[in-house]
Amino acid sequence: MKVTKTTLLASAVAAIAGGAMAEEMTIVSWGGAYSKSQLKAYHEPYSEKTGVTILNDDSSPEGVAKLRAMNEAGNVTWDVVDLEAADNIRACDEGLIIEIDPDVHLAPAPDGTPASEDFGDQLVSPCYIPTIVYSTTFGYRTDMVPEGVDAPTGACDVFDLEKYPGKRALNKRPIANMEWALLCDGVAYEDVYDTLETEEGIERALAKLDTIKDQTIWWSAAAEPVQLLADGEIFMGSTYNGRLFSMIVEQNQPVGMAWDWQMFDLDGWAIPAGLSPEREARALDYIRFSSDTQRLADQAKYISYGPARKSSAPLVDKHADLGIDMAPHMPTDPRNAKNTFVNNYEWWADYRDDLDARFQAWLSQ
Amino acid sequence: MTDVSQNAGPMLAADGTPLKQSLARSLRRQKLRALLLIAPLLLFVLFSFIIPIASMLFRSVENSIVERTLPLTVVALESWDEKSGELPDEAVYDAFVNDMIIAVAEKKHTRLGSRLNYEEPGISSLFRKTGRKIRKWDPEADAPFKEKLIDADKGWGDVENWRVIKTHSRNVTPGYFLAAVDLRLTPDGVAAQPEDKQILVKLFGRTLFMSLIITGSCILLAYPVSYLLANLPMRVSNMLMILVLLPFWTSLLVRTSAWKVMLQQQGVINETLVWLGLVADDARLVIINNQIGTIVAMTHILLPFMILPMYSVMQTIPPSYTRAAKSMGATNWTTFWRIYFPQSVPGIGAGSILVFILAIGYYITPEIVGGTKGVFISNRIAYHISSSLNWGLAAALGTILLAVVMLLYWCYDKIVGIDNVKLG
Repeated sequence: MKVTKTTLLASAVAAIAGGAMAEEMTIVSWGGAYSKSQLKAYHEPYSEKTGVTILNDDSSPEGVAKLRAMNEAGNVTWDVVDLEAADNIRACDEGLIIEIDPDVHLAPAPDGTPASEDFGDQLVSPCYIPTIVYSTTFGYRTDMVPEGVDAPTGACDVFDLEKYPGKRALNKRPIANMEWALLCDGVAYEDVYDTLETEEGIERALAKLDTIKDQTIWWSAAAEPVQLLADGEIFMGSTYNGRLFSMIVEQNQPVGMAWDWQMFDLDGWAIPAGLSPEREARALDYIRFSSDTQRLADQAKYISYGPARKSSAPLVDKHADLGIDMAPHMPTDPRNAKNTFVNNYEWWADYRDDLDARFQAWLSQ
Repeated sequence: MTDVSQNAGPMLAADGTPLKQSLARSLRRQKLRALLLIAPLLLFVLFSFIIPIASMLFRSVENSIVERTLPLTVVALESWDEKSGELPDEAVYDAFVNDMIIAVAEKKHTRLGSRLNYEEPGISSLFRKTGRKIRKWDPEADAPFKEKLIDADKGWGDVENWRVIKTHSRNVTPGYFLAAVDLRLTPDGVAAQPEDKQILVKLFGRTLFMSLIITGSCILLAYPVSYLLANLPMRVSNMLMILVLLPFWTSLLVRTSAWKVMLQQQGVINETLVWLGLVADDARLVIINNQIGTIVAMTHILLPFMILPMYSVMQTIPPSYTRAAKSMGATNWTTFWRIYFPQSVPGIGAGSILVFILAIGYYITPEIVGGTKGVFISNRIAYHISSSLNWGLAAALGTILLAVVMLLYWCYDKIVGIDNVKLG
């Protein structure tokens, strides 16, 4: 009798909880213009279609740490999380997010190409649903280019203090900086990571960075170099291309882009492990919707990040408010992507801790 | 006779029970009531303070992951002599593959890989790659495994990797604490980190040194302000008090960002100096993104924590003492130094403890204005908590920081005496 009562009560509670769950889901992202583009391109149409209320949480910068804490506490409150590729690989390694089979869980392209082919190499982890391709690249003050000198075109110009005097801004992490240093020191693109595995390679990269060390301001949040450029505090600095786009196009600042050797990176969805079956099914349904060809192309109307699907590229349209063509501002546009490099995620998963200690020690010298 | 026997027996309370017992009972009841009254606070402190700190202490030495993930391998490795320079025998490989098949099914092998990668870079991908291949193996039909495993990834033919697993297979590890002081646990014993990776001891030293400077500059700035606050007429001092409290109520981030605007090379201070002709346009002062930036911004942010205790102590110093000293012929300086200052020392003590302990754990201000040379140990702790996910190392760093603060507090008590500290 008692058992029945408890079971009844439990199922009643579960039903109420399940009912409440069905009404809303929590989606975690980066905030700012990026979350807004997701709201317009994904959340609003999805809510309209299904009646689900979507709650935003801007916790992606601490995404993996919080996922781990929730996992340990056994109380996962997030339904879908937006993570960058390296974080996604870490979370996947730790079993904090579930694996996704692209051909089962994701929509095929309109012409029937299966999702695994449509995404292709962008599927860098078995737990990943990439949505955008962005790049870390350089912006420079057009009004601070010395007279009689061509404007900088890419990452290697940052090392040329004679041609382009003035302060620079770089990320306070080894990732990207080490690769740029080697590339600009004459190492071939294919050999960069092999070189970085050796002691001499690391020293060579740090020696190259040494040449600009006292002219460099090291940033930890991507908004910093943007502000530094706006204040005229630096001549050129690395940041995400979307932030530079909004500086140049939306705010009309005297800033230009130096695209050469931009570093491609990915951002996209993950689903936490340990959700109840109903919540997991809903999260999967949301992801299927928000990663289809049209939706990925739609997001590019609001922010200058390229869609991760091949089939979305031809659908990229004009900016929603400004009406300008978005294609030339995409990192993937052929005119911008003459020389690009793709971050080797697996390599960084192995060497990140080690190189980070080296890099921080070098910085504090 | 009866009187005597009554006196010799136990004294009785009104209800006939021995007085001693009755007293003890009522005392116990009182204690219980007091305990119940403070129970909410006690529970709060227990759950929000003591348990988290204890779990942090525990996390800094906890290392059961190797034995939990590879139980058979750990046992099999015990009989292997890691100093022989030879690979472990077939039994170890067999145990390892059996463990891994279970671990891969439960997706635990990559977690172990990340853990061992802290000790030996490259192991993470070894576990990940091996996991993908081992998934299809059968523990019975595919044996023996030694050759197969080395074939799958040559990393398993490297004695060093096996030594790392054996070295770190114990359930309790000093590894994180060693890493926190720039040492490391190698198969050959404790060794120093390579010189170009040593950073944490330096950061601890810098954190202490800069916190002392910040405390010192707070004392220098706060003393005259508190003196004015305590001695000016009420109306003026109230106005002054609001000026002290206004920044105190403003968000920390706003104040820090404001310092950015003030201190940067195109900022207010530099522009003014250039305009006045004191500094050449191409030689603007670098006063942010270095130690100066951190010291200036943190001194400003922590100043109220020094002013308030100083002020409340100074308010209690009776003006009649200084008047008495002056009436007996003391100069202004002597009056201040011999009469006023000694009475204000408890306020300095209280303010210094507050400011120093707050400064030592500061994180956001050094991150924003500290550049590379003005950051504290807490910035590394934050990095290991949220980016590298090396929570063991973060816990060890936090524990050391806690121990250092407690040690300093003890020294302070021995030298100055904690009874000499007054908040009012």
